[in-house]
Amino acid sequence: MIYADNAATTKTGAVAQVAMNVSMELLWGNPSSLHTPGQKAKEALESARERIARCIGADTREIYFVSGGSEADNQAIISAARLGERRGKKHLISTTIEHHAVLHTLDQLRREGFDVTLVEVPENGIVDPAAIADAIREDTALVTVMMANNEIGTIQPIAEIGALCHEKGVLFHTDAVQAAGHVPIDVGALKVDMLSLSGHKFYGPRGIGALYAKKGIALVNVIHGGAQERGKRAGTENLPAIVGMAAALEEACGHMRENARYVSTLRDRLIEGLSEIPHSILNGDGERRLPGNVNFCFEGIEGESLLLLLDHRGIAASSGSACTSGSLDPSHVLLAIGRPHEIAHGSLRLTLSEENTEEEVDEIIQAVDETVTYLRNMSPIWMELVGGEKSYVIQ
Amino acid sequence: MLYSDKVMDHFLHPRNVGIIEDADGVGEVGNAVCGDIMKIYLKIDDGVVSDVKFHTFGCGSAIASSSMATEMIKGQRVEEALALSNKAVEEALEGLPSQKLHCSVLAEEAVKSAIENYYEKNGLAPTADAVPVEAAQ
Repeated sequence: MIYADNAATTKTGAVAQVAMNVSMELLWGNPSSLHTPGQKAKEALESARERIARCIGADTREIYFVSGGSEADNQAIISAARLGERRGKKHLISTTIEHHAVLHTLDQLRREGFDVTLVEVPENGIVDPAAIADAIREDTALVTVMMANNEIGTIQPIAEIGALCHEKGVLFHTDAVQAAGHVPIDVGALKVDMLSLSGHKFYGPRGIGALYAKKGIALVNVIHGGAQERGKRAGTENLPAIVGMAAALEEACGHMRENARYVSTLRDRLIEGLSEIPHSILNGDGERRLPGNVNFCFEGIEGESLLLLLDHRGIAASSGSACTSGSLDPSHVLLAIGRPHEIAHGSLRLTLSEENTEEEVDEIIQAVDETVTYLRNMSPIWMELVGGEKSYVIQ
Repeated sequence: MLYSDKVMDHFLHPRNVGIIEDADGVGEVGNAVCGDIMKIYLKIDDGVVSDVKFHTFGCGSAIASSSMATEMIKGQRVEEALALSNKAVEEALEGLPSQKLHCSVLAEEAVKSAIENYYEKNGLAPTADAVPVEAAQ
């Protein structure tokens, strides 16, 4: 099996597994307990916090453990909204290509009376900082822009957006779920006030994430209860997952440069190979994208059937994002960058990791090429295009 | 697995894929914006569906529904084929996920549309649900 869906989840790596096993064997105490087993667990918890903080240039006390990227996004946005509300600021800014954890949280706040501006994104999938600056108003409480897109992999100019938000005194959050462990993050240099990350995108376990919130930002609870996480997130800490995530992030950050170099070589080989397929187009900027992300549209076919046929050939890929693959609507990200519906339906996302090889990439290229041809040969749309009854959207 | 074995069988090995050049009836339903288009070609001899082919743009269940529907009506009398229901297609496929039920509806509609086209071309009996021109006025 060739696994090329690392943006959906990475497998839990050996380093994380070892850390988790040790935690389950020896550190099973409740970190809130005052006895020795509890305090041993507490030490491991705080050590994990410190190591995660170091990976992103944060202070230990600025890291809050949560259940994952979605919860981190929810808490960051809701906290900024409540802080703004108290000062009469009820305007929130984001973009049209964010993850649903951000978009649906904003929808909820909109229903509660907040005004939400979603800045449009050009065809290359890179947010224009000037467009963000233009959207900022006197009553803007928050700007939230993802660091790297989960579908098309585009890396956003977070430092520039951070600088302009900082200058205008507006809180800035970034969803760095796809970026963490793959591209360098320094919260100070990026001037972000809050940042979300998730364990299972860099070989850590799922069900665990972290929210960075700069000192002085009063987070609002999403989960109420005990005083864990300095009172900002109740619930007995998921220590095995926390130490697993910390070990995985340290490992990923320690090998980031060589991994990125290797994986981006594979990515470029895959992009080059798939570009040879007629009437296909790469989605998202060719260079400013995550090392492992490849996303294509193929005219005249539908993505799910392509995905299932590839799976039948032993290649695990994705059409759009896994979170929406049960829905019938095409990807909101592809629509946002201007792909028409019928083209957006024919999308394929392949997300590589350092475990993939050149041989695998070549096998993927051949399998996609053959499968696209097979599906086109039974597609009435393709027949019309070939017959000249309709003109191609993708040249 | 998202789909039943039957759906996977018809998706991976679709029956009756292709075009009939001198078809007696052709029907196309769906649209690219929604992500599903089915086109069905019929050959009718002595009131019997003697051959049927299809082309489909769509997801796995759309392709499987087209395949199953064509297999079900092949050899049937036209009136029987006209009575094909989406429910029958869905049952023959051993079920479809709820968000994919519309694929079986599309298959029924594609068959009906092709038969209507056959009736129109041949000035034959009005279709089951067609309203006569006089009555509509």
